[in-house]
Amino acid sequence: MTDNIVKLVTIITEAALESQLVREVEEHGAHGYTLTNARGKGSRGTRSATWEANANIRLEIICDEAVAKTISEHVTTKYFEHYAMVIFTSDIEVVRPEKY
Amino acid sequence: MSIDPIIWFFLFGIIAGILRSELRLPSQVYDFVSMLLLLTIGLKGGIELSKQSFGTLLPQMSIVVAIGFILPLLIYPVLRYVGRFTRADSASIAAHYGSVSVGTFAVAVAYMNTKNIYYEEHMALFVVLLEIPAILVGIVLAKGMSRDLQWGNVAHEVLLGKGVMLLIGGLLIGWVSGPEGLESVSPLFFDLFKGVLALFLLEMGLITALQLESLRKYGLFLIAFGIVVPLIFSVIGVGLGHAMGLSIGGTAILATLLASCSYIAVPAAMRISVPEANPTLSLTASLGITFPFNILIGIPIYYRLSEKASTVLGVS
Repeated sequence: MTDNIVKLVTIITEAALESQLVREVEEHGAHGYTLTNARGKGSRGTRSATWEANANIRLEIICDEAVAKTISEHVTTKYFEHYAMVIFTSDIEVVRPEKY
Repeated sequence: MSIDPIIWFFLFGIIAGILRSELRLPSQVYDFVSMLLLLTIGLKGGIELSKQSFGTLLPQMSIVVAIGFILPLLIYPVLRYVGRFTRADSASIAAHYGSVSVGTFAVAVAYMNTKNIYYEEHMALFVVLLEIPAILVGIVLAKGMSRDLQWGNVAHEVLLGKGVMLLIGGLLIGWVSGPEGLESVSPLFFDLFKGVLALFLLEMGLITALQLESLRKYGLFLIAFGIVVPLIFSVIGVGLGHAMGLSIGGTAILATLLASCSYIAVPAAMRISVPEANPTLSLTASLGITFPFNILIGIPIYYRLSEKASTVLGVS
């Protein structure tokens, strides 16, 4: 089943970036994404989602390796310096790899 | 003097927050409550607009927009050279203080209603007008007129943001419907106003308590700034209101608007456009100091200032 392995890129960041980030991810080749609200704690403090300014989102994109790489690079250079952000990539096995 | 129960809700929220209680409004409820407030304020303003011709308001509107551009320019040098903040932080804080807080406006309106003080209902229009200019000034102060600034994004964030959309929507619906037309929805929007405001202030108290923790980190300058600036701006507001021929109540509300500072629209816009500005800094000042100051102490002071101005300067 190794042919069914694709990449899952997960970005956890500030809710303020939502519309901008979603647009850019699509521009960089993502065919779709999943967006959820998130809460947590990291180097920039607790993000408790009590109100707009400290709400987080979790953006997940299933894509091929090349797209995963472009997205990671773009997001890293543009946002890491000034925003609370975590990004990681993992291998996942999907049923219909041609979709991504 | 008796304290309005809505103020107790705010204090209750602060105390619960300081005690680290589990209490919080579910975020959907908070969204709903702030939506109701914004729509109500818009509708009230709209009703008033339906009674007046737009032309008579135009001079007042232009003055208000102009002051929206001027206020952030007045405080930017103080922040930059006295407070010694970075350029981005100074610009961001200046934008917060040049803009307005709808929550503070709502409490000022409630204050006038409780005391049966007349004010011009079209003040709601000024909320919209004052919300936006400071954001633009803040971005230009931080970035200069550089070309790589994505003004399309900024405009989208500012004009189509939830707050401005709901206010404008409410204004337009109130304007086309008029007072009779809105009677059928008035139980939700007008009769429940104080109760909704009480819930909103409870949550604001909880949020304010969160900011108080970071207050210690930023020191005395920010605290002094957060109290002195609204006082100075309120004096400008009283002078302006008087010169524009507003009633005592209307002048006091305009003073409150100038004294208030944003904590929703501006932080969101600054986060996108001026990412290097530290959001905690401006929110600590705006929510940790100025918002509670205006709610608890400021509004009665601004009202008395307005009364004083009309006796000293004579009724215009």
